[in-house]
Amino acid sequence: MRKEAQSGETDMQTQILDEREKSILRKEQRCRGGGINCESASVSGAVSQRACVYCGARVVLNPITDAFHIVHGPIGCASYTWDIRGSLTSGSTLFRNAFSTDLQERDIIFGGAEKLAAAIDEVMQTYKPKLIFVYATCIVGVIGDDVDAVCRKAEEQYGNRVIPVKAPGFAGHKAEGYRMACNALLALLKPHAASTRRLGINILGDYNLAGEMWIIKNYMREIGVPVIGSFTGDACCETLLLAPQAFLNVVQCAGSMLYLAQRMEEQFGIPWIKASFFGIEDTTNAIMNIAELSGDKGARARAAAFTGRESSLAARDVERYKAHFAGKKAAIFVGGGFKAISLIRQFTEMGIETVIVGTQTGKADEYEVIAGLVNSDAVILDDANPAELEAFMKEKGADILVGGVKERPLAYKLGMAFCDHNHERKHPLAGYEGVRNFTKEINLSVNSPVWRYMYPAF
Amino acid sequence: MLDMTPKEPAERKAVTINPCKTCQPVGALYCALGVHGCMPHSHGSQGCVSYHRTILSRHFKEPAIASSSSFTEGASVFGGGSNLKTALRNVFDIYHPDIVAIHTTCLSETIGDDLNSYLMETTIPDGKYVVYANTPSYAGSHVTGFSAMMAGFIRFLAEKGTPNGRTAIFPGFVNPGDIRELKRILRVFRVSHIMFPDQCDVMDAPMTGDSRMYPDGGTTIEEIKALGSCERVLALGALASEEPANQLKRKCGVPYSLLDSPIGMEATDAFIMALSSLGDGTVPEEIEKERGRLVDFLLDAHPYFHGKSAAVYGDPDTVTGITRLVLEMGMTPRYVLTGTPGEAFASSVRALLAQYDAQGCEVRAGGDLFELHQRIKNEPVDVMIGTSYGKQIARAEDIPLVRAGFPVLDRYGHPYHPLVGYRGTMRLAEMIANALMDRRDRDCKDEDFELVM
Repeated sequence: MRKEAQSGETDMQTQILDEREKSILRKEQRCRGGGINCESASVSGAVSQRACVYCGARVVLNPITDAFHIVHGPIGCASYTWDIRGSLTSGSTLFRNAFSTDLQERDIIFGGAEKLAAAIDEVMQTYKPKLIFVYATCIVGVIGDDVDAVCRKAEEQYGNRVIPVKAPGFAGHKAEGYRMACNALLALLKPHAASTRRLGINILGDYNLAGEMWIIKNYMREIGVPVIGSFTGDACCETLLLAPQAFLNVVQCAGSMLYLAQRMEEQFGIPWIKASFFGIEDTTNAIMNIAELSGDKGARARAAAFTGRESSLAARDVERYKAHFAGKKAAIFVGGGFKAISLIRQFTEMGIETVIVGTQTGKADEYEVIAGLVNSDAVILDDANPAELEAFMKEKGADILVGGVKERPLAYKLGMAFCDHNHERKHPLAGYEGVRNFTKEINLSVNSPVWRYMYPAF
Repeated sequence: MLDMTPKEPAERKAVTINPCKTCQPVGALYCALGVHGCMPHSHGSQGCVSYHRTILSRHFKEPAIASSSSFTEGASVFGGGSNLKTALRNVFDIYHPDIVAIHTTCLSETIGDDLNSYLMETTIPDGKYVVYANTPSYAGSHVTGFSAMMAGFIRFLAEKGTPNGRTAIFPGFVNPGDIRELKRILRVFRVSHIMFPDQCDVMDAPMTGDSRMYPDGGTTIEEIKALGSCERVLALGALASEEPANQLKRKCGVPYSLLDSPIGMEATDAFIMALSSLGDGTVPEEIEKERGRLVDFLLDAHPYFHGKSAAVYGDPDTVTGITRLVLEMGMTPRYVLTGTPGEAFASSVRALLAQYDAQGCEVRAGGDLFELHQRIKNEPVDVMIGTSYGKQIARAEDIPLVRAGFPVLDRYGHPYHPLVGYRGTMRLAEMIANALMDRRDRDCKDEDFELVM
């Protein structure tokens, strides 16, 4: 039943569930024709790293700073998502609180709709917020609460926006939650369609982790193309409503926001491009593309000058570290495929070979690009679990893992360096500043003196 | 931060703001990690286990392993039976645990999944075990879930056999550092015991360069079976440990003594006396000296904490212990709050307050941190003692925060160190004293700034 991969130095086995085999692509064995099996449900019993629909919806909407995020369900789903995103705000700190209807046994029996309506009333009476998102978690649909009706009634009563996000955890995986969040944003924008466009863009799929949205905004200021709407890093209700005026949507995290870009193109006629602000090459390309599409000669000239200057400075800084990275190998495990692609390029810029690439929600076309970027013996995984990650990291002799919170202790346990490229990033990793920070962090982790003490002399 | 919290409390019946609890399954998962060779299994949507593993990793800075039934739309309509069967087959096939400990979730409970009948229809590999506990997220808290999972293990495994003369110790929902300290004390007393559960060497596994799915630590299956043949149980902490102790009493007739978590002088004294009564009634010199050093410390430093006020919040058993210590230090526990519902907590804390004749203190079970913040806004305290979730309040109101309990998400080292016993109590008292003294150093005028304190 089990497949044994070739043994590395250690006497380990790469144990893979049969049903998981199709989710693993060894680049040298690209023989299945269909490519990697992705975008499917997780296998029951797997120790999956994947989160749920609610999680997907929540992480996308949570950074909207002046919104109330009311979680309708038992307490857990609100507790686990309280102030964990690392999204910075320049305005309201409202979103850093946790609101829940904390459903109890009685509510499960008699229904929770009344409690939800009362919760909205209590919030309205104290705060009069402009925007409320109501997240319906796993059991809400099962107990038959009509969340739509409660939200509609509240909107009528209070004249603000109360948008339901019906995100039961079982209704697909995290990406499904992203779509729900995008639909909630569309519901917010719908009454605000603009008749004219102006010189300005929306950034989609940047969550201002460690202030990254601010870096992108600064770049746009440099080239003279203002950012109108930021989805959703450091966003507030008022500026989001201006988003339909933009001439272009720039999609940074495609996994979460490509869908929104596509719908905004249909509904508001705003074209979109994918752009990544991770790594020198991608950052430069992103800025130049935006300047090009603005049709503004001045912007183009400013972008060329700016990226020329900044990219060579950043490259010079990376160059200084290269000697420290000689012979090092990286493993990447991130949420979306698009970020993985940027990270592979970035490691290449640093002289580090990427030997394992895993994502939680990568798309087939992204896996194709990834396969084109890595060496022939690299391993590509969809929805990897810790056992697989561990086995392949050992087999491939990875020195550093880039991942999220659940991967950090695993990497350390294996005596491997680590960089959080998720909610717990310690400093901005976007743009040219991000390249410097990323390079420094990788260097500090890979070359920490603690590795010298791993194995005792006795 | 938290500048939106209004000073005037408005009545709230429906919305919980900034909870001081989380749901049952994460407690069940943590309990199961304290059993050797055990795979905790979440019977629900895959997101649950992802959140639980994340918060445990954020607190312990360790991997936290668990599998999930990964409910789909179909399972939520037709029941999770086939998901569970597939899951168990896969888990045994690929991860080779000795035992799988299933806990339910709000979803599987609401749709009425009957685990008993699912398990009757499932073939469990020879020599392997499956146990379960009902842990609906819409009742109790993570502490309730911890307790329920313990009771689940006992229900399935504990056997009444030839009396083994051992004492079972239920440490409650505590850190590995606490359990390690309890075991040290038991060693000094030469008490033959079974610790259950035991997350030592699981959630504080040492660095070896190797990651093992099932680290060395944990109560073994044989030990859980042998609980039924123990002479007695010392159950520490009512909320976490009483239900499993009751379960063991009902099933195997093992009597139990319920003690408070041994945090603070008096609670530790009670624990020590309980241990000494198991033997010849004496207390080893080593322990007596530890107590003496604690008293010495409390005396030396008392001018810096006596008369100060505190807000204590977090999980009920821990909060009761910390409140006791605060009272013993001559401080006023102005606010004592847990998110876990249940009047038992409130009445035991009120009894404690009465014992020390503490005036003007407010006790709340089933409260939230928004409420605590409002109270503090109206009447501030000198120090806050509790989980990391209080840090926003601490910053907003400029109050020093002593981190204790679960979870501590923003500091390192906590899970390694105890709060229990005389040594743990000294550590906690030292943290409280230092927080107050650091604050004094920070705030005092230049002329009052002293080298020697």
